[in-house]
Amino acid sequence: MMYSEKVLDHFSNPRNVGEIENADGVGEIGNAKCGDIMKMYLKIDNNIITDAKFKTFGCGAAVATSSMATELIKGKSIDDALKLTNDAVVEALDGLPAVKIHCSVLAEQAVRSALSDYYTKQGIDPLPIVGEIKMPEE
Amino acid sequence: MEKRFIYADNAATTAVSEEVLNAMLPHFTKAYGNASSIYKLGRDAQRDIENAREKVAKAIGADPKEIFFTSCGSEADNWAIKGIAENMAKKGKKHIITSVFEHHAVLHTCEYLEKHGYEVTYVPVSADGFVNPEDIRNAIREDTALVTIMYANNEIGTIQPIEEIAKICKEKKVIFHTDAVQAVGHVEIDVKKQGIDMLSLSGHKIHAQKGIGALYVRKGITLPNLIHGGAQERNKRAGTENVPAIVGLGVAIESATRDIAGKNAIITPRRNRLIDGILQLPYTRLNGDRDKRLAGNLNISIEGIEGESLLLMLDLNGICASSGSACTSGSLDPSHVLLAIGLKHEVAHGSLRLSIEEDVTDEDVDYILEVVPKVVDRLRSMSPVWEKMMKGESYE
Repeated sequence: MMYSEKVLDHFSNPRNVGEIENADGVGEIGNAKCGDIMKMYLKIDNNIITDAKFKTFGCGAAVATSSMATELIKGKSIDDALKLTNDAVVEALDGLPAVKIHCSVLAEQAVRSALSDYYTKQGIDPLPIVGEIKMPEE
Repeated sequence: MEKRFIYADNAATTAVSEEVLNAMLPHFTKAYGNASSIYKLGRDAQRDIENAREKVAKAIGADPKEIFFTSCGSEADNWAIKGIAENMAKKGKKHIITSVFEHHAVLHTCEYLEKHGYEVTYVPVSADGFVNPEDIRNAIREDTALVTIMYANNEIGTIQPIEEIAKICKEKKVIFHTDAVQAVGHVEIDVKKQGIDMLSLSGHKIHAQKGIGALYVRKGITLPNLIHGGAQERNKRAGTENVPAIVGLGVAIESATRDIAGKNAIITPRRNRLIDGILQLPYTRLNGDRDKRLAGNLNISIEGIEGESLLLMLDLNGICASSGSACTSGSLDPSHVLLAIGLKHEVAHGSLRLSIEEDVTDEDVDYILEVVPKVVDRLRSMSPVWEKMMKGESYE
């Protein structure tokens, strides 16, 4: 299985690893049984994602896609973050092996899950804005 | 700590040894005759093939006439199982017994036969990684054609009670095959004394090249032709012989079986030091019995981390290792072997297999024991599963 240099870079030097205390939105996706869990923390000011951090249990691609997803949404508006697709994550990593594409879907869903939590905390129903969060199949 | 390069994945494959390479080289450019040709160049090739056959036979206590060269261990397994299945079906025997933790070369062959009207019983294995011979006895029926149980497990290294199983098969008059790909060169094998009817082996696990294996078939057992064509391999497997690979296998197996006890006496204490060192990490467990396992094998589950990440991190530190993680297999399920011995999915994902030989020195062991805890700490520090474990929360 071939990982691109970019995937290996984001795996060995992941950006934004860690937690945010008193995060405005926290999302978690995946399960340990399948071998991948991503937890994402967001700091949001005036609809702008000012900080994003993650913790991931998973393979090289799971770590790299989490890292890349946080990079892609940091400093962006919520609207832009909601437009983040797994394809964009894959492209930014110069591709992923076919069996690892699901990791990029997890990263996309982790962002949405954290935004969903943000709206819930604001007392706003997230469903019309964020849509349903796709949980991975077991 | 200076970075080292340590190959600790000899159960995956091994380097071709200098001795093997030197024996092979003349057969590419000088002694290149077709063994079926009448002139001296051809006769010489024939002689060298037969010499290699003798060496393979001697290494496992067989007669040279009972050795058939194949292209790999998987081919030997396929031929043995499908061949016996085909022959015994004529006698109305269409039942095969194997175990749940065989190599895929055996499991997938059995699954194929199930789709073609055969019945297969998969006996379970114990938590410490053994087939119970009594389970085999109880599974044998009037229509049982074959029992196939691996000699040593490729992931957890446990050495199976082969003699006892062979004895039961003999009593019940059922043919017994063993996939000994991981065992040859690491444990003493004598097919006659141990009552083994058929045995598969592979060259690249014992410092021969990839692409050569052999099947031992006890005299009196007939197998259908695997490849139809010329008269090679006693009319059973046509195709011009791969003389360099066959010669290499002969040298490799002779060398690998010369002093098994001596090799194991060097490897075992180093392997044990690795086991004890890694088990000092919290939330780890050794998979497979500690003593009745291949001398160079260790398989440890490290909770809270995922195996592929671990392998990539070890690779960055110059260590080649293996894992039963789903991510390394391209499927969603972790190793069937680890699930078979009762591990939960989430624990099986975080397994580490090291398979060492004598070239892994005491200093290399020190290095591995320095690197592994650092890498595990780092992966755990970024793992939400570990975080939950430390808080005492469930992560299932």
